[in-house]
Amino acid sequence: MNAFEYAAPRTLDEALAVLGEHGDEARVIAGGTALVTMMRQRLVRPSYLVSLREIAGLDRIEAANGGLRLGALVTHREVETSPRVRERLPVLAETFRRVASVRIRHMATVGGALAHADPNQDPPVTLIALGARVEIRGARGRRELPLEEFFRDYYESALEPGEVVTGVVVPSLPTASGAAYVKFLPRTADDYATVAVAATVSLEPDGERCRTARIALGSVGVTPIRARAAEALLAGQRVGADLLRAAGESVKGAVDPLSDHRGSAAYKREMAAVMAGRALTQAWDAARASVRGTR
Amino acid sequence: MNRKIRLTVNGTARAVEIPTYRTLLDCLRNDLGLTGSKEGCGVGVCGACTVLFDGKMISSCIALAVSADGHEITTIEGLAGDERLHPVQQAFIDAGGFQCGICTPGQVVSAKALLDAIPNPSDAEIREWMLGNLCRCTGYYKIIESIRAAAQPSRA
Repeated sequence: MNAFEYAAPRTLDEALAVLGEHGDEARVIAGGTALVTMMRQRLVRPSYLVSLREIAGLDRIEAANGGLRLGALVTHREVETSPRVRERLPVLAETFRRVASVRIRHMATVGGALAHADPNQDPPVTLIALGARVEIRGARGRRELPLEEFFRDYYESALEPGEVVTGVVVPSLPTASGAAYVKFLPRTADDYATVAVAATVSLEPDGERCRTARIALGSVGVTPIRARAAEALLAGQRVGADLLRAAGESVKGAVDPLSDHRGSAAYKREMAAVMAGRALTQAWDAARASVRGTR
Repeated sequence: MNRKIRLTVNGTARAVEIPTYRTLLDCLRNDLGLTGSKEGCGVGVCGACTVLFDGKMISSCIALAVSADGHEITTIEGLAGDERLHPVQQAFIDAGGFQCGICTPGQVVSAKALLDAIPNPSDAEIREWMLGNLCRCTGYYKIIESIRAAAQPSRA
């Protein structure tokens, strides 16, 4: 690794001041699982590291407007095991559980996973399907962005130099809804996905017709991808296995996978359709169960 | 760009001056002389460098030593008492939970962390917890058996 200056301020304002002073020479570090690995491989060589780890208050999982707010320093393991998350949004706990190994989940943070902007990660896929918003702080104040607008390119986000992700706000699912995360990884359980799909399906009170659906995919492009055309096929329609399969099929038009050691682009495109169909079916089943449960 | 850090390692307060880029693993091995933790992959995948950071298992090869300032680290050297091995260590010996031994410190530290978190884990819980600890001798069945034995000596 290259030599660098290191600061571990106790407040966010101090951290922002140091970042402002050092511009794009500085990088923010939290759990370090992504950044230290990249530094060891000499892919990044920051001259200044600003650690967020000693800042109090960024490590909370809180209720927010009926949904949840996850602080930037919350670890993946904490999301996975949080009784509050498991009760309100079990799909989110299940998604974080699919990341790497328990050991890495003890280190990797919610904010770090977003700021790293790696399209192969699990959490952004489900967070986008759930309609999450990312909270950002910078010297000029605070802003919020729908998470799907946050990712710009491979390892590139909408973060400006000097800005920090402070948390993510996840709305609760409407009534008569279900959600699912399907991670297809044919190699080992701690690998990145070959294709990942998260889906939500919200039904009309009759339990038959789809009100809205949201579909997001990971590992099939330079950012996580929302499949809006597939969502449009479902909105307002009477749901059935054929329609879900057709919606799954239509994600092929939204994805743009790269060929790599996890599979060829053509294979990943085919599997994206299959996995989207499965995610939608699971979400639909969960939504129907929820309708039955409220009757 | 050196920093002085104070940390507790295996219950003993230590102070050490290190370059900021020192990994926690290198600090433990080279600055503090604790060579039980090993470097395998160097990217957080294989588990040979597993240590406990404030009681939680982490990969010390991708942790910066400066991040341990003010924190508590437990390594494989901190598990045994003066006269007795830790029950997990004894179980690995009794059940043959290692072959060449290079992954063993990480396996044992991870297994201790598992039993701290889940005292009587199911086989599925053992497998999920330990999947990030690779054994190139592929002695996984014996490792699982060792952990089972450590959790519940009568069940092995």
